[in-house]
Amino acid sequence: MELFELTVHALQQKLASRQVSSEEIVKSIFARINKVDDKVKAFITLTEEDALNKAREVDNAGQYKGIAGIPLGLKDLFCTPGVNTTCGSKMLADFVPTYASTAFRRLEEQQGILAGKLNMDEFAMGSSTENSSFFATCNPWDLTRVPGGSSGGSAAAVSADEVPFSLGTDTGGSIRQPASFCGVVGMKPTYGRVSRWGVIAFASSLDQVGVISKDVYDNALIMKIIAGHDHLDSTSAALDVPDYTACLDGDIKGLRVAYPQEYFGSGVDAAIKDAIKKALLKYEELGAIVEEVSLPHSEYALPAYYLVAPAEASANLARFDGVRYGYRDNEAENMEAMFSQTRCQGFGDEVKRRIMLGTYALSSGYYDAYYLKALKVRRLIADDFTRVFKDFDIIVAPTTPTTAFKLGKQSGDPLTLYMNDILTVPVNMAGLPGMSIPCGFDQGMPIGMQIIGKAFDEATIYKAAYAYEQSTNFHTMKPALGVE
Amino acid sequence: MALTIAEVEHVAMLARISLNQSEKEQFALELGLVLNYADRLKSLQTDNIQPLDHILPVSNVFREDVVIGSPDREDMFANAPMAEDGQYRVPKII
Repeated sequence: MELFELTVHALQQKLASRQVSSEEIVKSIFARINKVDDKVKAFITLTEEDALNKAREVDNAGQYKGIAGIPLGLKDLFCTPGVNTTCGSKMLADFVPTYASTAFRRLEEQQGILAGKLNMDEFAMGSSTENSSFFATCNPWDLTRVPGGSSGGSAAAVSADEVPFSLGTDTGGSIRQPASFCGVVGMKPTYGRVSRWGVIAFASSLDQVGVISKDVYDNALIMKIIAGHDHLDSTSAALDVPDYTACLDGDIKGLRVAYPQEYFGSGVDAAIKDAIKKALLKYEELGAIVEEVSLPHSEYALPAYYLVAPAEASANLARFDGVRYGYRDNEAENMEAMFSQTRCQGFGDEVKRRIMLGTYALSSGYYDAYYLKALKVRRLIADDFTRVFKDFDIIVAPTTPTTAFKLGKQSGDPLTLYMNDILTVPVNMAGLPGMSIPCGFDQGMPIGMQIIGKAFDEATIYKAAYAYEQSTNFHTMKPALGVE
Repeated sequence: MALTIAEVEHVAMLARISLNQSEKEQFALELGLVLNYADRLKSLQTDNIQPLDHILPVSNVFREDVVIGSPDREDMFANAPMAEDGQYRVPKII
């Protein structure tokens, strides 16, 4: 196997036993990127020179602790000092942060090496990465299909072996859905588990940072590094972070697994339902107790989400006014016109649509009918989960209703595109941890299984995901990409 | 049920986004679609339900009032579209 194909834990072993140097790994990664990224188009910015210099530093120091010397990719909304952070938007095309996001800083402290910044839907709004202001990313399994979104670059880069792992963010499914579409492992931890400091905000009560990786072990390993309280994010939880890799023993005898009937409705492709049902049989085989349950308010999660998330976005994105940073319309003759023209020209259609929607939902006369109503429904959705988790350890469901769709196919009607998130948004609304792992293929395209856990119980999700992964071989399958 | 053009213009003013006529018509239609979809929430009885505005049961997070490092002023200004004498320059306000 080539170095670029290896997992983080395999690279750790090779570095620790001095079989390879970090420089060799970084060179292998960039050779791979040069070979395939004109097809996949996962990266907005590459940091090759810095990465090689850092790799040599690590090699010279000769200490390979943690993820020292291992390359990584970041969704382009994690602030990286001195490196462009565009958020997939013309608004921030030339923005260079002055400080590092906490999640990235924690990886850098262990001497993880940034390979580049990854494409995304503008301001993380979208499910296909086609809303990027710059270009669309392609699905490595079929270049005529989308990689999912909004962390589409993060998922495609891992799937195409361009980086061993990446970070993304998930507000309504933006880690799990692209992980599912690209056949990789994606974890959105509990709201508050990972600091959001230095992550460009979309919807602050829903946004959460997570990891996209080639296997469950790597995901657990990286999550342990980035998780935990941060005084710079007062919504980050002051709770201990368990050693997630320590619980990966494959023993899930007696684990109580629920599958919600509402997640197997008529809108979900038959091949996907079949794959999840097969996975549930596998769980029974492994000694778990599997039962059907009901989450009766599931159908209300999506309409409530499309009020709450845009409302919060409309407030968060008010800061992009052309004054202190980012794009500015220089033609405007007065301040008021400068604000409105800057935002008209700097934001793309979907971002404007959501700002407008959120502003409407918060505006005088509609606040109670839309925003407050949505928050009440949010309580009902969270209560559904609480009820099920009294008797069960995890919930298993499909991640997406379909496999990856064709590029350009769903860009017409916004509501059709929003439907992609129907199985992932309830988890964000309830603040729970959720993961997607590969569980099959339909006509050559990967299918993802979603595993949902109790608040701050990522450990049980990892344990259950690992047991399943180790008894199947889906995570070892690679897209051909038409290259040797 | 589309929004009226006047409603779209009012929201665009609140959001400080200038729109041309075809964008106004497009948003009138599209926002109407999504709001129509959101109307299904009305079928749920929620009179005695407490709104869930935040997942974590935390409020008023305090820390000691100590000075910590802050980003370099010049680095911050490097991102400014226009700056002059250590201040942001903007078009005429009044």
